[in-house]
Amino acid sequence: MDFEPKILGLLCNWCSYTGADLAGTARMKYPPNVYTVRVMCSGRVDPGFILDAMRAGADGVLVCGCHPGDCHYVEGNYKCLRRIPLTKKLLEGFGIDPRRLRLEWVSASEGGRFKEVVTEFTEQIRALGPLKLNDWAFAEQPLEVHEAA
Amino acid sequence: MIKVTIDGRDIEVKEETTILNAARELGIKIPTLCYSEFLEPYAVCRICLCEVVRGKRSRLVTACNYPLRDASVSILTNSARVRNLRKLNLELLLAQAPAAKIVQDLAAEYGVTKTRFPIKNPDEKCILCGLCVQVCENLVGAGAIGFSSRGSKREVSTPWGVEPETCILCGACAHFCPTGHIVMTEEADERILHSELTLGPNAAISIPFRQAIPNVPRIDVEHCIHFKTGGCELCSKVCPKDCIDYQMKDEIEDIDVGAIVVATGFQDFDPTPLKQYGYGKYANVLSSIEFEQMNNAASPTGGAIVLENGEEPRSVAILHCIGSRDENNHKYCSRVCCMYALKFAHLIKEKTTAEVYQLYIDMRAFGKGYEEFYHRLLEEGVNVIRGKGAEIAPIGGKFGEEGLLVRCEDTLISKFREIPVDMVVLCTALEARDDSADLARKLNISKGADGWFIEAHPKLAPVSTTTDGVFLAGVCQGPKDIPDAVAQGTAAAGQAMKLMTVGELFLDAAYAAITDEICSGCRICNGLCPYNAISFLEDKKVSEVNAAMCKACGTCAAACPSGAITARHFTDDQIYAQIEAIFA
Ligand SMILES: Cc1cc2nc3c(=O)[nH]c(=O)nc-3n(C[C@H](O)[C@H](O)[C@H](O)COP(=O)(O)OP(=O)(O)OC[C@H]3O[C@@H](n4cnc5c(N)ncnc54)[C@H](O)[C@@H]3O)c2cc1C
Ligand code: SF4
Ligand code: SF4
Ligand code: FES
Ligand code: FES
Repeated sequence: MDFEPKILGLLCNWCSYTGADLAGTARMKYPPNVYTVRVMCSGRVDPGFILDAMRAGADGVLVCGCHPGDCHYVEGNYKCLRRIPLTKKLLEGFGIDPRRLRLEWVSASEGGRFKEVVTEFTEQIRALGPLKLNDWAFAEQPLEVHEAA
Repeated sequence: MIKVTIDGRDIEVKEETTILNAARELGIKIPTLCYSEFLEPYAVCRICLCEVVRGKRSRLVTACNYPLRDASVSILTNSARVRNLRKLNLELLLAQAPAAKIVQDLAAEYGVTKTRFPIKNPDEKCILCGLCVQVCENLVGAGAIGFSSRGSKREVSTPWGVEPETCILCGACAHFCPTGHIVMTEEADERILHSELTLGPNAAISIPFRQAIPNVPRIDVEHCIHFKTGGCELCSKVCPKDCIDYQMKDEIEDIDVGAIVVATGFQDFDPTPLKQYGYGKYANVLSSIEFEQMNNAASPTGGAIVLENGEEPRSVAILHCIGSRDENNHKYCSRVCCMYALKFAHLIKEKTTAEVYQLYIDMRAFGKGYEEFYHRLLEEGVNVIRGKGAEIAPIGGKFGEEGLLVRCEDTLISKFREIPVDMVVLCTALEARDDSADLARKLNISKGADGWFIEAHPKLAPVSTTTDGVFLAGVCQGPKDIPDAVAQGTAAAGQAMKLMTVGELFLDAAYAAITDEICSGCRICNGLCPYNAISFLEDKKVSEVNAAMCKACGTCAAACPSGAITARHFTDDQIYAQIEAIFA
């Protein structure tokens, strides 16, 4: 069976969410693999959201914010810019390929760019294959700790 | 005050008034050449000679500098004796400056046609009146020119005849020279381009433009002579109200406002890079704004439509869509060009007998009454050609002075056409100003791919932006004509008024809130808020969000290690629930 990636898109309300909307109203075609959740700013993206999505079954997470200097809240995207590399480190620690997380800048007028980013990222995740978590990562139940006898 | 008689008419003047000024008050004309009301009389041309009669004695004096001191004199400005002497003087002046038009004219007025004195140089125009030297020395304060040699070799020149460093190129000498001996020349290019026909001020002190607010003159410090040499101050000498203040400085003021209407408009697309149209090269290829300015009654042509050589054009081509609807420049339609092009055609038909050709891609007569105007123009005999102007070539002469050939494809008859015209008007695109990105950043508003500012919603919030209290009006939001710009401006002003009159601020329900019980007092969030909405309560040792200042970005909520911050309407729980719903 063909692998269809499931991707979480965390989109900033002021730019990429509007950009995605524009791509839609302009009837642009792009893969339906990205499921979007709107946040007010990329600065709202708590690394917990990313980890939780991967736990819940996402094969990749795409975070989109306003271009540097254009954040509606002045500098939320810079906060995000610093959090993403740390989150990637964290993913590596869990044995997850950091390429499954991507941060992109897409403005409200860049419907075309949104389409490109989504298409490209979907292809990348497709190439990486389904995310298989190690048994110990994100286990539903805490692993039993075997005490030394 | 003293009472004197001039040519039999009585006048009362202040003591020390010169004869010239007293005569002028009576409306009696005394010829002058070396006199300027702005300078001390130099009295060298002696053309203003008059007779001062005291009892039986009479004396000849120069009117421009002779002060009236006692009442017992009567003055004759045009007696036979005066006229004879003026004639003699004019003969001398004709010998000195035979080429000076003003001298020839004056001589003719006195019936003098030739001179008995030897002519040294038939092309000479300088009468050695010294006005220029005095202006440069005493008014401008540059002292760049002076008299050299003496007697018959006397002439005005720069020191040692070389270009003086002290000359500030103000041109005051040329302005004061009565005979036109001194002229300002541009060395490189002597052609006058239509682009120089601006409506802008031509003097160092002027009202910037007709509708300027406040409607008062201001000094252009860069060109004012006073700011170069400390001299001149002519304007303050003529201002009857003593308004001129050379100490005034530009001031930058900070104004606190509650709402901003952005109405920064557009800039004209520069057609120079489109070499096929020869803008900037062929003298009679104008941009639309230049043509518009020439038509203005206040323009240097007084609103007349003229070619570079001052003649009326016999035919004019108006090319639509220059830089608009063009894959290589702006893809959008500039919206106003079709209609102003028709207006231009109408003006040309009204003011001249020229043929008019409109070269268009599509005639977009979209507004109220516009289609009707288009039909009226067709009835006026305007030639409309459906096809974009492809190229302009000179007919004769390098700069197309003898005519221009407009090449195009007439798509309605599928024919290639070449139309000879005298003048071409390029309807250049409206484009976003170069500094609009900078402004967008300052105001925290967005620009579209085409450069225009983006409204919050095209139908529901057409004059609002994504930043509270910042509104859009006019072309800065997208090309539109004056009626639309005014309508939008009125709406934007209304929106701004609405904010001000309510007196209360309505807040978005989305803002961040901190739960005291969970907050550990780490203060990580304090420095993160771009609006300084979070403060630390020393007594309770917890942080607190000022809801009125919070704009709900949620950056703090993402950072709080204790999970104490709720980003209302975007809470962690809500987002986790969405994620769960998507992937479960
Ligand atoms: C050749 C030509 C002919 C036209 N003829 C017609 C016509 O006949 N009828 C018609 O309806 N329309 C006509 N138009 C269109 C018309 O010019 C526009 O609709 C109109 O000018 C739009 O007004 P605006 O206030 O939006 O912008 P603008 O007229 O461009 O005014 C913007 C103003 O803001 C100033 N500004 C810019 N940035 C700043 C800043 N940062 N701070 C402070 N000030 C700033 C600018 O200096 C300018 O004065 C014509 C346009 C052209 C080019
Ligand atoms: S980051 Fe959280 S815990 Fe720290 S001060 Fe702010 S609200 Fe309190
Ligand atoms: S949500 Fe943003 S604006 Fe509001 S308090 Fe937190 S950091 Fe400041
Ligand atoms: S508002 Fe879009 S990234 Fe901050
Ligand atoms: S004007 Fe009086 S002497 Fe020249």
